[in-house]
Amino acid sequence: MSTIVSLPDQATARVPKRNYITEENGLLSWLLTGDHKRIAMLYMGSITFFFFIGGAMAGLIRLELLTPMSDLMASDTYNKVFTMHGIVMIFLFLVPSVPATLGNFLIPIMIGARDLAFPKINLLSWYLYLAGGALALYAMITGGVDTGWTFTTPLSTHYVNTNVVTTGLAIFVAGFSSIFTGLNFIVTIHRMRAPGMTWFKLPLFCWANYAAAILMVLGTPVVAIAFVLVLLERTIGIGVFDPQKGGDPLLFQHLFWFYSHPAVYIMILPGMGVISEVISTFARKRVFGYTAVAFSSVAIAVFGFFVWAHHMFIMGISNYAMLVFSLLTMLVAVPSAIKIFNWSFTLYKGSITFETPMLYAFGFMGLFTIGGLTGVFLGTSGTDIHLTETYFIVAHFHFVMVGGMLMAFLSGIHFWWPKMTGRMYPEKISQLAAVVTFIGFNFTFFPQFLLGMLGMPRRYAAYPPEFQVLNVFSSAGASILGVGYLLPMLYLVWSLKYGEVAGNNPWQATGLEWQTQSPPLTENFKEIPIVTQDVYDYEWLERQKEHEVTQVG
Amino acid sequence: MNHISPVLWQYLVKWLTNFAVIPPEASTIAPQVDALLIFMTLVSLVGLTLVALIITTFCIMYRREKSPVATQIEGSTLLEATWTIIPLGLFLIMFVWGSVLYFRIYTPPTNAMNIYIVGKQWMWKAEHPGGQHEINSLHVPIGKPVQLTLISQDVFHSFSIPAFRVKREAIPGRYTTVWFEATKTGTYHLFCTQYCGTAHSAMIGDIVVQTPEEYKLWLSSSTSGVSLAQNGERLFASLSCGACHNGQPDARGPNLGHVFGSKLTLTTGQNVLVDEAYLRQAILNPSAHITQGFAPIMPTYQGQISEEGLISLVEYIKALNLNERIQQTTNTTELLPEVPEGPKAKSAATAAQGVAKP
Repeated sequence: MSTIVSLPDQATARVPKRNYITEENGLLSWLLTGDHKRIAMLYMGSITFFFFIGGAMAGLIRLELLTPMSDLMASDTYNKVFTMHGIVMIFLFLVPSVPATLGNFLIPIMIGARDLAFPKINLLSWYLYLAGGALALYAMITGGVDTGWTFTTPLSTHYVNTNVVTTGLAIFVAGFSSIFTGLNFIVTIHRMRAPGMTWFKLPLFCWANYAAAILMVLGTPVVAIAFVLVLLERTIGIGVFDPQKGGDPLLFQHLFWFYSHPAVYIMILPGMGVISEVISTFARKRVFGYTAVAFSSVAIAVFGFFVWAHHMFIMGISNYAMLVFSLLTMLVAVPSAIKIFNWSFTLYKGSITFETPMLYAFGFMGLFTIGGLTGVFLGTSGTDIHLTETYFIVAHFHFVMVGGMLMAFLSGIHFWWPKMTGRMYPEKISQLAAVVTFIGFNFTFFPQFLLGMLGMPRRYAAYPPEFQVLNVFSSAGASILGVGYLLPMLYLVWSLKYGEVAGNNPWQATGLEWQTQSPPLTENFKEIPIVTQDVYDYEWLERQKEHEVTQVG
Repeated sequence: MNHISPVLWQYLVKWLTNFAVIPPEASTIAPQVDALLIFMTLVSLVGLTLVALIITTFCIMYRREKSPVATQIEGSTLLEATWTIIPLGLFLIMFVWGSVLYFRIYTPPTNAMNIYIVGKQWMWKAEHPGGQHEINSLHVPIGKPVQLTLISQDVFHSFSIPAFRVKREAIPGRYTTVWFEATKTGTYHLFCTQYCGTAHSAMIGDIVVQTPEEYKLWLSSSTSGVSLAQNGERLFASLSCGACHNGQPDARGPNLGHVFGSKLTLTTGQNVLVDEAYLRQAILNPSAHITQGFAPIMPTYQGQISEEGLISLVEYIKALNLNERIQQTTNTTELLPEVPEGPKAKSAATAAQGVAKP
C-alpha cells in the first residue's frame, strides 16, 4: 500500500549522529535553548499534557450527560468542568497546537532559514505559555471557575464566587505567548526567506501560519484588554460593564468576540496549511490553484475580523448591524469553500497513496465541510435565532475545531514525525487510529446536531428526559473517540525508540524541510539553500533524484 | 446499570417510533423557519455529497496502482470561479431569506398584546398587564400575536421556546422584545439558553398555549386583582412622583399624559421617541434625560425600584394615554393607603383580558 516510503536499508540505516536533539545534553540545554525545533518539542510536550487534562474534562461532561438528572456531579461542579474544558482546550491546546509546535519547528526550515527571527522571544513565549498554564491549573485546583469560557459579564464580574481573577490572568499571560509567536512568524517570513524563496514559492503551510499570525498579533491584545477590564470591574468596580454605573454589559461581548471569532481562524488556518502540504505530497501533485488557496487564507484572516457580532444576533443588536455582520459571515464562508474544492481537485490526475497523514486529511475534509456548512446555518440570522446557544452550536464548533483542527494536527504530527524524530511511526496501527478517530468523532458529535435542532440548550447539567437517547449515543461515541486519541499517544512514544529509521525524505515531498537530514541539524542546513525550483515541484524532485543516481553511479 | 436501562429502553423505543429531528411547529413563524432550515439542509447535503463523490472518485481513479505518475496541473480559473460564485450565490440566498425571517421575528405587529418577562437567577417571572404573575411558566392564547418585553434583573439570560423557533436574550438594564403567534395548543419547553450560573439548567419552564376560552378562564382565575397599571399608579403615588409630574402648566416636571409614543426634545438637543426603554431609563437615570424646558431636579431611582416596579410604572404611564387622568392621580396621593380605583386602570385590565378573540 505505502509505495512512497523508500526507507533506507534497515540493517545499515541509522539516525544521523549530529542533530538538534544530540547537539547538547542535559535539562538546562533544553530549558534555555533558543533553537526553534527544541522549543517546538517543549511546546508539543506541554500542549499534549493540557490536551489530556481537557480531554479528561470532556470525559466527565459526557459521563454526566449520560442521564437526564445531574447525578454524577452537582451542577456547580458540572459548570466548572465544562468551563475548564473550554479554557484548557481553546487557550492552552488549540490556539498553540499547530503554530507553536509544527509552525515553530517547520517555518524556518521551510523558508530556508536557520532559526526564527527572535529565538529568545520564542523561548519567552513558551515560558509565558507555561506560566499561563500553571495559573490555570492553580485556579482549577483551588476551586475552579464557572463562568464558561466566554466569561460573560456581569456573571463573571458580579455574580460568581470562583477564581475568575486567576483564570483571567492565566489567559492574559497565555495570550502574550501567542502574540510573541505570531510576531516571530511575521518577521521571519518577511525577512528571513532563503535566496530565491519568493512569496509565491512559499509552501501553503507558511501562508496559512502567516495569516494566523496576523490574527494573533492584532486580535489577542483586544481580548487581553477585555480581561483586564473584567478584572478591574471585579476587584475595584470600575463599572465599564455595569449598567447601574452607566456601563454596558454587552460591550464585553463585543470585545470578547472581536478576538474570539478571529481566534477560531487562528485555530483552523494553520490546520488548513497542514492539509495543503499533506494532500499535495500524497497525491504527488502541485496544489490545485496555489494562489487561490494562499489568498483564501489571507481573505479568511481579513474578513474574520469583521464578523464577530454574529455571536450576538439574539442579543438586541440593531437589525441593520445584523444585516452587515450576517452578510460578511457569508463572505467568510466562501474562501473555506474554495479551499475544500481546490484540495479535492488536487487529487485529480494525481498518484494517490493512503498513508496515515492522508487518512487524517480526508477526515479533516469531510468533517470540516460539515462544520463549515453548519456554520452557514448559524450565520443566517433567521435560523440562528432557533439554533444558537443550543447543542447545534456545540456540534458545529466541535466539527470545526476537533473534526477540523485536531484531525489536521494529528495529520501533521504523523506527516512530520519522521522529520522531527528521525523515526517512522508504525503505519498499520496509525491507520487504524485515524479510522477509529473518524468513526468515534461522528458518533460523538453528529447526535448533537439533532439535539440542537430539537432545542436542547448547551451548558445544561440536567436536561429533559426525551433527549437522553441522543445523549447516550454521543457519550458512547466519546469513548470510541478517546481510544482514537490514546492510540497515537502510545505508538508515537513507542516509535521514538523502536520506529524504523526514516531517512531524509520518506514521503518524497518537495518542501525544503525534506531536503535536509532527519532530525535536522541545529542550524537546519549545512549551507543556506538557494531556491531555484518552484513550490510543490515534483518534476524538480525527480530530476534531483536522477542527478544523485548518476553521481553515485 | 439496572436503573438506567429500563428508562433508556423506554426512550429508545419512543425515540425510534417517533423519530423527530425538529421540535413541534407551534407558531406562525415556525414553518417559515423550518422551510429555510430544510433548504439549507438540502444544499448542505448536496454540497457534502458532491465533495465526498469528487474525493472518492479521484481516490479510486488516481490511486498509485492505476496512476503511477501524476500529471502536474497549475489550476483552472474557470473551475475556481465556478466554485467561488455558486457557493457565494447560495450563501447570499440564505442571507436574504434569513434576514427576512429575522426582521419578522423581531418586529412585533402593532396589535400584539404585551407581556413582560423578568429573568433572574434562576427563574422566569412573567407579568401580564392584567396583573397575572407567573413563575417559570407562560400562558398564551392561540391565534393572537404576543409580544414579550424582556429584561434581566441580574445576569444575561435567554428566553428560548424551541417549538416557536424564537429566542431572545434578557439583558440587564435594557428591554428587548420578541413576538410570536401560537398556532397549536399544548405545553412546550421554555429554556434559559444563556449560561447564567449554578442552576442554569433548572431555569426552565412551560409555555402553555390555550384556546381563547381556556385562556380567558385562566386570566380571570389567576389575576392578583391589581393590574400592572394600577400597581404603577400606587407606586407613582407612594414615590410622590405626582408632586412634580402633576400635569399643571407650572409643574416642575413634564406632563406625563400622552407622553408615551411622543417625540421629546431633550436639553441636549437630542430628539427621542418615548418608548418603554426610554421611560425606564428616564426613571433610573433622569439627569441624562432632561426634557427641554425643565430643570434637572429629579433624583435618581436607581436601586430603589425593582424591575417589576419599573414595569408597573411604565405600564401606568402608558395607560395615561388612554384618558387624561394626571390631575386625578395627584389627588389620589392624599387617599393613600386606600387602593385607588379608576376607570382607566380598569380599562387597561379589561383591555388585557379582552384580547382573546372568541
